[in-house]
Amino acid sequence: MTTIFGIPLQAFLGQLLIGLINGSFYALLSLGLAIIFGLLRVINFAHGAQYMLGAFAAWLLLSHFGIGYWPTLILAPLLVGLLGAAVERTMLRRLYTLDPLYGLLFTFGLALTVEGTFRYLYGASGQPYATPALLAGGTNLGFMFLPIYRGWVIAFSLAVCLGTWLIIEKTKLGSYLRAATENPVLVQSFGINVPFLLTLTYGLGAALAALAGVLAAPIYQVSPLMGSNIIIIVFAVVVVGGMGSIMGAIITGYMLGVAEGLTKVFYPEASNIVIFVIMAIVLLIRPAGLFGRDA
Amino acid sequence: MTLTLELEKQKERSPVVAQTIFLGAGLALLLLAPLFFYPVFLMKILCFALFACAFNLLLGYTGLLSFGHAAFFGGAAYFTAHAVKEWGVPPELGILVGVIGAALLGAVIGFFAIRRQGIYFAMITLALAQMFYFFCLQAEFTHGEDGIQSVPRGHLFGFVDLSQSTNMYYFVLAVFVIGIGIIWRIINSPFGMILKSIRENETRAISLGYSVRNYKLAAFVMSAALTGLAGGVKALVFQFATLTDVGWQMSGEVILMTLLGGIGTLIGPLFGAGLVVTLQNYLATSEFPVTIITGLVFMACVLLFRRGIVGEFYNSRLGRRLGFEHRHKH
Repeated sequence: MTTIFGIPLQAFLGQLLIGLINGSFYALLSLGLAIIFGLLRVINFAHGAQYMLGAFAAWLLLSHFGIGYWPTLILAPLLVGLLGAAVERTMLRRLYTLDPLYGLLFTFGLALTVEGTFRYLYGASGQPYATPALLAGGTNLGFMFLPIYRGWVIAFSLAVCLGTWLIIEKTKLGSYLRAATENPVLVQSFGINVPFLLTLTYGLGAALAALAGVLAAPIYQVSPLMGSNIIIIVFAVVVVGGMGSIMGAIITGYMLGVAEGLTKVFYPEASNIVIFVIMAIVLLIRPAGLFGRDA
Repeated sequence: MTLTLELEKQKERSPVVAQTIFLGAGLALLLLAPLFFYPVFLMKILCFALFACAFNLLLGYTGLLSFGHAAFFGGAAYFTAHAVKEWGVPPELGILVGVIGAALLGAVIGFFAIRRQGIYFAMITLALAQMFYFFCLQAEFTHGEDGIQSVPRGHLFGFVDLSQSTNMYYFVLAVFVIGIGIIWRIINSPFGMILKSIRENETRAISLGYSVRNYKLAAFVMSAALTGLAGGVKALVFQFATLTDVGWQMSGEVILMTLLGGIGTLIGPLFGAGLVVTLQNYLATSEFPVTIITGLVFMACVLLFRRGIVGEFYNSRLGRRLGFEHRHKH
C-alpha cells in the first residue's frame, strides 16, 4: 500500500478531501464576512445563523413544498438575502454612525434570537437532507473514491468564490462597491445611491452564507446549532486572512480547511484547535493578517 | 452674593449625600436580602454581578470588547473546584488558585489579543476562548462532559462552616464588596485615568508617551483575575464546575449583563446581572429557550438604549440633579 509520511495514501487523501470541503465553507463564509465588513464596517455575527437559515430553507422547501435541491440553490439564498436586506434596512442601518462594536453586538443578538427560535421549533437534533439524485454515488479516481456530491461542493463553491471576486473586481457594480468602501461620501456625491449599495451588500453577504448552508445540508445534518459552531472558526479565518482583500479571504479559507484536514491525519487531538493555533502564530508574526492592510 | 454661594455649596454637598444614601441603602438591602429571597439565587446574582463588573473594567473603562471572558470565569471555576476537591485546600486558598489561574490565562490571551484593535480584538478573544473550551473538553482534570461534581465548600479560615447557606451568602457578599472596592480603586487611580484616556483616544494616549500596550495588557489581566474571583466563588456556591461556564454563550451573557445595566458605570452590571439571572430562573422551568429573549434584549439594548438602565438613569434629569456623572462615548 502506498504511504505518505507513514500514513496510508487513502487516509491522507480522504482527509485532504474533507479539508477541501470544510475549506469551501470557510471560504464562502469568510468571503461574505469580508464583503459586508468592507462596506458596512460591521462584523456580521449573524453570518452563522444565515448559513443555518439557508440549510433550513432547503430542508423546509423540500419537506413542506416538495421543492428539490436545484431550485433551492437559487430560492434559499434569495429568501435569506431578502431577509438580510430587510434587517439592514430597518435596524442595522441605525448603527453605522456608532462604534463598530455595536454592529457586532446587534448581529450577535440577532443570531441568538434566530438560533433560539429554530431550536424551539425544530429541536436541537439534526434533520437529514438527501443528496440530490443527479449527484448521488461516487466515482473511483483510481487512487481514491470520490463521492460526487463532495466534488460538486468543491467545484461549485470555487466557482461562486471566483465569480464573486470577478463581480467585485471587474464589473461596474463592483467598482461602485469598491469606491464606496474607500470613500462613501464622495461616491454619494457622484449621484450613486450608497444606502442602496449598503442594503444590497448585506443582502448579498447573507445570500452567500445561505448558499453555503444549502451546499452543506446534504453533507452535515441540518441543525439549529450548525451556524454557531462554524462562525467562530470563520472569525479565526478572517483574523488570519485580514479582511482587506476578497481574494485573501478565499485563499485563507481553503488553506485553513486543508490545514485542519491534514491535522486530523497526523495529530487528531489538535484538529479542532489547529486553526486557532495558526491564528495565534499569524498574530505574532504578521498582526495585520496574511492579506490585511493595517486598519 | 451669599445666596448664590450658599446654593453652590448645596450643589456641591448634595450629590455626595445622595450617593452615600444610595450606597448605604444598597448595602443594607444586600445584607437583609437573604431574609426574603432564596440564598443560592442571591449568590448566583452576586457572582454574575462581580463577573460583569470585572468585564466592564475592560469594556467600559478601557474600551476593549472581549468576547472570551467565559474562559476566565469557567477556567477559574475549574481551577478552584479542582484545588478544593482533589488537593483538599481550604476555600480561601482554592479561590486564590482560581484567581491566579485566571490571571495567567488572561496574560496569555491578552498578549495575543492586544496585537489587534476594535473588532479584531473581539474576534481574537472569542477564538482563543473557544480554543480553551476545546482544551477543557479534552483535558483530564475537567472530567469532560461531566464536569467536576460535588465540590466541598469547606470551612473558611478553618472555622466558618460554608456548607450553611447563610454563612456562604455573607462570604459571597463580602467577596463581592471587596471585588467592587478593588474595581472602584482601579478606575479612580491615576492608572484608571490612563485607561480612560486610551478608551477615548488611543492615538493621543500613545503620543503622550504612554505604552498603551502595557496598560491594555495590565487592564486585561486585572479584569481576568477579578473574573476569576467571581468564577472561583461560583464553583463553591454551586459545588460544581462544568463546560457551560467556559462556552462562548457565557461570554455573550456577560456582555448582555453589562450592556443592559450600563457600560462604563460601576454598579450598572449589578442590575444587568440581577435582571438576566432572574429572567433565566423564571424561564428555567419552561420549554421556552432563554436565548430568544436574550437575543431580543440584546437587539433592543443596542438599538434603543445603549446607555443601559443605570446609564439612562444617570443621564436623566433626576440622575443629573443627584449629581451622578456618566461620561461615555456612544
